[in-house]
Amino acid sequence: MVRELYGFVRGSIGIVRRGNRAYYAWVAFLLLLAIQGVAAYYNQARTGLILTNMRDPISWAFYIGNFTFLVGVGAAAVMLVIPAYIYDWKPIKEVVVFGELLAIAAMVMCLLFVLVDMGRPDRFWHLIPFLGSLHLPTSLLSWDAVVLNVYLLLNLVIASYLIFCAYRGRHYNPRIVVPLVIFSIPMAISIHTVTAFLYNGMAARPYWNSAILAPRFLASAFCSGPAVLLILFQIVRRTTRFDIKDEALHKVAELMAYAMGFNLFLTGAEIFKEYYSDTQHLVHIQYLFSGIHGRPSPIAIYGWSALALGVIAFLLFVVPATRKNFITMNLGCLMIYGSVYIEKGIALLIPGYTPDVLGQVYEYVPSVTEVRVSMGIFGIGFLLFTLMVKVALATLSGRLTAGAVRANGIRAV
Amino acid sequence: MNDSEQGTQTKIGRRDMLKGLAAIMATLSASGCTTTASPDLDAFLQQHFWKLSKADLDAILARLEKQYAEQFGRPVAVKATPPLEGVTFAYALDIARCIGCRRCVYGCVEENNQSRNPQIHWITVLEMEKAKGVDLQHADAYYDRPLVPEPGRFYMPVACQHCSKPPCVKVCPVNATWTDKDGIVVIDYNWCIGCRCCMSACPYGARRFNWAAPRLPADELNTNTEYLGNRPRPRGVVEKCHFCIQRVRHGRYPKCVEVCPVGARKFGNLQDPKSEIRYILENKRVYILKEDLNTQPKFYYYFGI
Repeated sequence: MVRELYGFVRGSIGIVRRGNRAYYAWVAFLLLLAIQGVAAYYNQARTGLILTNMRDPISWAFYIGNFTFLVGVGAAAVMLVIPAYIYDWKPIKEVVVFGELLAIAAMVMCLLFVLVDMGRPDRFWHLIPFLGSLHLPTSLLSWDAVVLNVYLLLNLVIASYLIFCAYRGRHYNPRIVVPLVIFSIPMAISIHTVTAFLYNGMAARPYWNSAILAPRFLASAFCSGPAVLLILFQIVRRTTRFDIKDEALHKVAELMAYAMGFNLFLTGAEIFKEYYSDTQHLVHIQYLFSGIHGRPSPIAIYGWSALALGVIAFLLFVVPATRKNFITMNLGCLMIYGSVYIEKGIALLIPGYTPDVLGQVYEYVPSVTEVRVSMGIFGIGFLLFTLMVKVALATLSGRLTAGAVRANGIRAV
Repeated sequence: MNDSEQGTQTKIGRRDMLKGLAAIMATLSASGCTTTASPDLDAFLQQHFWKLSKADLDAILARLEKQYAEQFGRPVAVKATPPLEGVTFAYALDIARCIGCRRCVYGCVEENNQSRNPQIHWITVLEMEKAKGVDLQHADAYYDRPLVPEPGRFYMPVACQHCSKPPCVKVCPVNATWTDKDGIVVIDYNWCIGCRCCMSACPYGARRFNWAAPRLPADELNTNTEYLGNRPRPRGVVEKCHFCIQRVRHGRYPKCVEVCPVGARKFGNLQDPKSEIRYILENKRVYILKEDLNTQPKFYYYFGI
C-alpha cells in the first residue's frame, strides 16, 4: 500500500511534467498569473488593504465577490453527484470525479480569497476551533469557515480515494464512497446556503436581507458550476482517449436549463418586489440598473449585461436544438458563466453597499492590486485543477496504474 | 498549485498551527507566567481577552506600554479598567440644539488617538433638510460650509449606538467585539482578524477599518489610554466609538459631551433614576435611529426645544 502510494505520487509527478505544447503553454500562463498575483499580494501584505479600492462604505468588494462566485462553482459538484449516485446513472458517474476536483480547486480559491481579504491574516488561527475562539453558533462567518473546510476535506478524500482505487486497478468500495458522497450533497448545499445567509442575515443591508437570497445562490450555482465542467469535458474528449458520451453532456445541459429558468424566475421575483413596493430600499436595485439621485450608475452596464446574458443563455439551453448543438451550447456556457460571475460579484456586493447605511455614495471600481491578486488566485486554482485533472485522466483511462508502473517502471508511464 | 505560492501559503498555515499549539500550551500552563523571550511572539500568542488571567493581562499591558513608548518616544499608560458595578451607560443627543459644527468629531479624534492620515472619524455628522425630516437618502455627510447651521437644515451626528442587541457582535466570527457589563460595545484590537463582517452588519456605519497603518504624530498622542478603548491601533483592525471608556469608567464625561458648544450631548447611567439621561428619556420626545431594526440602541436622539 505504501509502495503503491509512492508509485502513484511518482507516477503523477511524471504525468504532470509531460504534455503537448498547448499543455505547457497553458501551465506556463497559469504560473505567470500566479506569480504576478503573489507579487501583488506581497505589496498588499506590506502596505495594507489601502492598496485596494475598498473603503469603509464598501468594506467588501471584488475579493469577497469572487469568493461568493467560487463557493457556487464548488457547490455545483453536487449537481453531478445527485443523479450519478442516487439514480446510479452511469454516463454521469464517469465524470463525477471531475466535479469533485473542481470543488477542491474552487474551495482552495475560496479560502485564498478570504485570506487576502483579511486585515490580519497573521491572526488566522483565531478561527481554528478550540485553538482560537470561533463564535459558534451565532456568527455565520464562523459557520462558513467550518463548512468550507469540511467540504474541501470531503471532496479531497472522495476524489483521491476514487483516483487511487483506479490506480490500483480495483473497483472502489461503495460502502466507503456512497455514504461520503451522500454526505457531500447536504454539505454542498450548506456551503452555499451559509454563504448566502452571511449576507442575508444582515438587516442593515436591505438589498441582501431577502429570504430568496439563498435559493437564488443555489440556482445560479447550479448554472455556473456545470458550465465549467461542460467545457472541460469537451476539451478532455478531444485531447485524450478518455471517452465522455454526448448523452452525459446533454443531460448536464438539460439540468442546467431547469436551474437557469428557476434562477431567472427568482431574479424576476426580487425585481418585482423591489419595484412594485417602491420603498426607500429600492435605491439599491436602482443603483444596479439605472442610477440614483439623477446620476447614472457606473455599474448599470454590469446589471444589464448579467440579466441579458442570463436570458440569452437560458433560451439557448431550453431549446433542445440549440442545447444539443455544441457551438450554441458552448456559447451558452460562456454566457451563463459571465452572467453568474457578475451576479455573484459586482451585482451582489456593490449595490448592497450603495448607498451606504447612512445614505452616502462611494463609487467603487477594483484597484490594480485587487485585479492582480484575484487573477493570481484564479491562476493558482486553475493550475491546481489542471494538474489534478491530468492525473485523474491518466489513472481513469488506465495509463497510470499500479500494474503499468510495476511492469514498465515509473518513467514509462 | 505552483511552488512559490504554495510555499507562502503553507508557510503561514504551518507557522500558525505551531504557534496556535504553543498558545494552547501557554494557556494550559496555569502558572500565570505566559511570556516568552520575544514580544512579537507574545503578541502573536496572545489569547482571547476573556481567557486572560490577571497576570496575563498585566503582562500584555506592560508589553503595550513599552511598545507605544518606543513607537512615540513618550510614556504611555495602558489600563484595562473593568466596567463599573450598577452602571449602564447611555447617551442622548438633542437634534434640536445641534448646530453641525463638528467640534465633537475632532474632539473625539484627539481624545481617542484616531489616525490622522488616513483620517479616521468615529462621528459622522449628517446634514438634512428640516422639511424632509430624518431622511438618510437625502442626507449629506460631506457638507462644507463656512458657517453653520445652514437655515432650513438640521444636523444629526451618528456614531456607535451601543445597541443592546448589536448586530456587529452577533456576526463577529472570533468574538473580537462584545458588550461589556456597563453596556459599552468594545473591540479587542489584538484579537480582531480584520474580516470586516461587523462593518457590513452595522446599520449605523459606525465602524472604521484601518486600511493603512494609522499615522498619529507623537505630540498629538493622548497618553492616557485603555486597552479596549483609545490605545493606538494596529493596521488591519476595526475600531469605533467606545463612549470614551478611559474617561467614563473614571467618572468623567465622554470628550464629545465636554466639547459640544451648545450642550446638545447628554450622557449618564440608565440605572440611576435621578440621572439626566433618565430625565430626558422620561420627559422628552425621543427618536431612535432605525428603530425598526430592533437593535435597541443606548443612543437616543431627542427634541429638547
